Amino acid sequence: MATHTPAPADINQPAGLVTYAAPRRLLLDVLHDWVTTVDHKKLGLMYIGYALIFLVIAGFQALLMRVQLSLPNNTFVSPQTFNSLFTMHGTTMVFFVGMPILFGFGNYLVPLMIGARDMAFPRLNAFSFWISAFGGLLLYFSYFGASGLYGAGSAPDVGWFAYAPLTARVFSPGHSTDYWTLAILLSGIGSIGTALNIVATTLCMRCPGMKLSRMPLLVWLYLVTSSLVFVAVSPLTAAQIMLLLDRYAGSHFFDTQAGGSAVLWMHFFWIFGHPEVYILILPAFAFANEIIPVFSRKAIFGYPAMVAASVGIGFISLSVWAHHMFTVGLGPGANTFFTLATMVISVPTGIKLFNWLATLWGGKIHFTASMMFAIGFLFQFLIAGLSGIMLSVAPMDWQLGNSYFVVAHFHYVLVGAILFMLFSAFYYWYPKMSGRMLSERLGKWHFWIFLIGFHLTFDFMHVPGLLGMPRRIYTYEADRGWMIWNLIISSGAVFQAAGTLLFVYNMVWSYFKGPIAGPDPWDAWTLEWSTPSPPPAYNFAVIPTVESRRPLWDLKHPDDPDSRYE
Amino acid sequence: MSQAAVIPQTIPWVLPSRGVVGMACLIIAESAIFTIFIVAYIYYLGKDTSGPTPRQVLDLPIFTTLCLLSSSLTVHLAVSALHRANRTFCSLWLAATVLLGGIFLTGTAREWHKLIVRDGLTLQTNLFGTTFYSLVGLHATHVLVGLVMLSLALIFSLNGSMTAKHTGRLEVLSLYWHFVDAVWVVVFTVVYVLGR
Amino acid sequence: MPSASPSPLHQAVLRRTILARHLWALVRSAFPHSSTSIFAPAGTPAHSILSLSMLVLGITAAIFLIVAGLLLYAVVRYRHRASDANAAQEPAQIYGSNQIELAWTVIPILIVVLLFLATARIILSTQNAPRPAAALDVTVVGHQFWWEFSYPKLGIVTANELHIPVSDPKHPTPTYLTMTSADTDHSFWVPRLAGKMDLIPNQINTMWLDPQAPGLYLGQCAQYCGVQHAKMLLRVYADTPADFSAWVVRQQQPAVNSPDPQAAAGRAVFQRSVCISCHTVSGTVATGRFGPDLTHLASRETIASGSVPNTPANLRAFVDNPAAFKPGALMPAMHLNQRDLDALTAYLTTLK
Repeated sequence: MATHTPAPADINQPAGLVTYAAPRRLLLDVLHDWVTTVDHKKLGLMYIGYALIFLVIAGFQALLMRVQLSLPNNTFVSPQTFNSLFTMHGTTMVFFVGMPILFGFGNYLVPLMIGARDMAFPRLNAFSFWISAFGGLLLYFSYFGASGLYGAGSAPDVGWFAYAPLTARVFSPGHSTDYWTLAILLSGIGSIGTALNIVATTLCMRCPGMKLSRMPLLVWLYLVTSSLVFVAVSPLTAAQIMLLLDRYAGSHFFDTQAGGSAVLWMHFFWIFGHPEVYILILPAFAFANEIIPVFSRKAIFGYPAMVAASVGIGFISLSVWAHHMFTVGLGPGANTFFTLATMVISVPTGIKLFNWLATLWGGKIHFTASMMFAIGFLFQFLIAGLSGIMLSVAPMDWQLGNSYFVVAHFHYVLVGAILFMLFSAFYYWYPKMSGRMLSERLGKWHFWIFLIGFHLTFDFMHVPGLLGMPRRIYTYEADRGWMIWNLIISSGAVFQAAGTLLFVYNMVWSYFKGPIAGPDPWDAWTLEWSTPSPPPAYNFAVIPTVESRRPLWDLKHPDDPDSRYE
Repeated sequence: MSQAAVIPQTIPWVLPSRGVVGMACLIIAESAIFTIFIVAYIYYLGKDTSGPTPRQVLDLPIFTTLCLLSSSLTVHLAVSALHRANRTFCSLWLAATVLLGGIFLTGTAREWHKLIVRDGLTLQTNLFGTTFYSLVGLHATHVLVGLVMLSLALIFSLNGSMTAKHTGRLEVLSLYWHFVDAVWVVVFTVVYVLGR
Repeated sequence: MPSASPSPLHQAVLRRTILARHLWALVRSAFPHSSTSIFAPAGTPAHSILSLSMLVLGITAAIFLIVAGLLLYAVVRYRHRASDANAAQEPAQIYGSNQIELAWTVIPILIVVLLFLATARIILSTQNAPRPAAALDVTVVGHQFWWEFSYPKLGIVTANELHIPVSDPKHPTPTYLTMTSADTDHSFWVPRLAGKMDLIPNQINTMWLDPQAPGLYLGQCAQYCGVQHAKMLLRVYADTPADFSAWVVRQQQPAVNSPDPQAAAGRAVFQRSVCISCHTVSGTVATGRFGPDLTHLASRETIASGSVPNTPANLRAFVDNPAAFKPGALMPAMHLNQRDLDALTAYLTTLK
């Protein structure tokens, strides 16, 4: 019985064992394996693959919008098509790219990092994946199946936050809105299931010695994220049930013509919507917490503060929702409160940023593709946070709210912070997941091309907002002075598309031709690097016992183990 | 290989039970859903300009409430009985729980029948109708699901499939049932006491 | 006048931002002109928001320069160089520092307090501004996809083009807007005059405008309200007191009853068609409320909620097929024959 952490090389290759090469399996067998799997690693990969497909689709939707907006009074797409495009782009990116890809990484990494063999409820895990996947397919079926008022192309067109009473039957006849509602309801059930799994796994299945204070920060952040899911996704589920009742059972929750309140939908939606964006960013923080230390060759600075800040962000994020409603007429009292709450959240967020800076400080920084994306994340998250502070100032939001300034801000977070950190995570963990290294050369090309495109688009996108351009408009007047900015913004989209395609190519090519990774290509310190790449189905031949936050550091540095400092 | 800190065998590595943690998470999520429906109910109190009001048509459902709350006790007794491997009493207390829950649902059905037929209150009538039926109905749905699960447990207890080693699972189910009862306490207070 | 006299703190901040403003004016002059820039305020709310913005920009710019500077320094200074003497060694592992962590917790908290207090002042001064007796009341009702403006005390109802008096800061005559919606959510945004305020059905919101220079101020709906949200434009005319009075008098007249035979024929076409079920022409049988009031249609510079110049040719084409200009607009194509269409256009152009 193991009472200490075995050396990495010993774990899965006990001396003297003979291994056999497995015979090639039929394609049908392989498919059956994947469809019926309950293995957290396979489910994680399916979540990620699913999300990448939708990333490309939603990215294409963005390209179409950018073509339409490049010139004033353009007729590249009809108003109805454009309105569906921004609705589908937003809905897809949040629910069928962001959530699945982040839960996919969580699914894959959390059990490995805590020394467990699988999630707490493997069958629930599979169920959650398939119901979310079905939700996405249902949403896209609306392109064929919905019968909107204005003819073909009847995907939902109510915006990703579907304000009432635009979503009432009288203003959105046909079924396009219902596809939106049902698709997200299903995906919400999947999200709650996965979050439940993560919490139960984290609390109940850590390997011996791994007290909560020794968990990798990634696991902490997924714990906070999952807790947020319970209290954030559920309000949306409730609101959508109410919307369905309004549309089909004649109820009056948001039926303004019968005394219902449009603002109530906004409250319910944003009670979901704001924590949702924290649900999206916290995993990006999780990746940063693992990747930045390894490529700086230093432990994360301020682990306890990082935990406290993450938990604090989780709690405070539940109290800021009405900063999306500063222009709705809540009154000066509410506007003042939500300004304060939103500003307060910048304190723990800043603490995290400073801790990353302090981790870099005095380190030996290796500029791998993964680290380059992480550094991009640091700068861009700083800027995104500062533009968020501007918007938290309610009077500034009275001008800039619902304008392209807001669109620029949240894309700065979603693309500049989250997507960059996701790319970083891909370059970092792809070797573990596939057994091969991604091409560093292609990775650096990917980084620079994407970086140029990102800044062309989203730096300059702040300007039309400052010049009065509202969001969600399919075209604009020529006399507003917005055209030049829109052209620049659209040009950046091309670079981002090119960078993304390069990335996809890298992943496919490297799977077959990339150099073999081995168990620990980055000389890292957490438990997932002690397994072969890819890990076997059972993860660990022997469940490890840990004595510090960086068990592999202790093994590699027996003269100076972390356990001495805890 | 590090010879540092071998975990002494005397300190056991004990972690919470997965079932309990999982059910706690589900309860938190469901509480959030109920909270939204309760907020909607409170928000729209007094905002109706027509149709029946709570004061006019709602009677305190004391009997059915007592039944439901007692069923929490009976399910607890069922878990204790199973823990002591007393199959007979476990089945007995489970049956009592199902019966009491069934009485509650029947009472709700009768109340709704009266409201619809005699008072003309439906989901569509006014804001009170909308929020009342959706909130009470959401709760009743949860009661129904709970009764189905409890009936399954009863069957497994009667045919001998459920034994003392399944006590943890029955306890997880009982947590759900306690949650359903706790929600009713809140709904009862908001709808029938404060709201009238 | 709503209280906007700057406090000593405010003045101090203003002085420090004069340089920033000059710099900004220089930068701005390089860019193409925009008629809806928040940096060209012409009313008190827009002015106070811009001043606050300068403070916020100053603080955030400073934070950016410091933090990004440190990040850049760290990334350059602490990069791994294989040629280093101790390249193979791991650097010193620093786990934390209570003093540093305390410092970078306390300083942000202080910044937040400062920002919050500055913001709260502006929120209260704008939203709790006392209303002077000389204020003009306008009721705004948002529709899909046009603006209804009525002046209850003056007995005027018009659409899409809002005329309000210029407000002299020494003797303020602001306009108070009381806003709601007849259908979905909308938002009234004229950046040079004020921040935006939403129009919510079943709810009343209020805001005030006080343009300090005569002229035309542009804006548009800023809350997605359906298919033609993009073309729900706003035109706010700030008139001198004399011009405004003259405009009011003209608007208070009932519809012109032109003796021109073609116009008379057009009026007949109008009154026997379904036009009257949606539109109002005061003094006639047309009392529809679903569409814009047309009593003084010909006095407006644009039609289709600011998106089409008001010329006879455009008017004719619009009536014939609104979807050609605004696909998805709720006005149906009237399917009139050419003769009726000509007569109707002639009639509409007489409604000055």
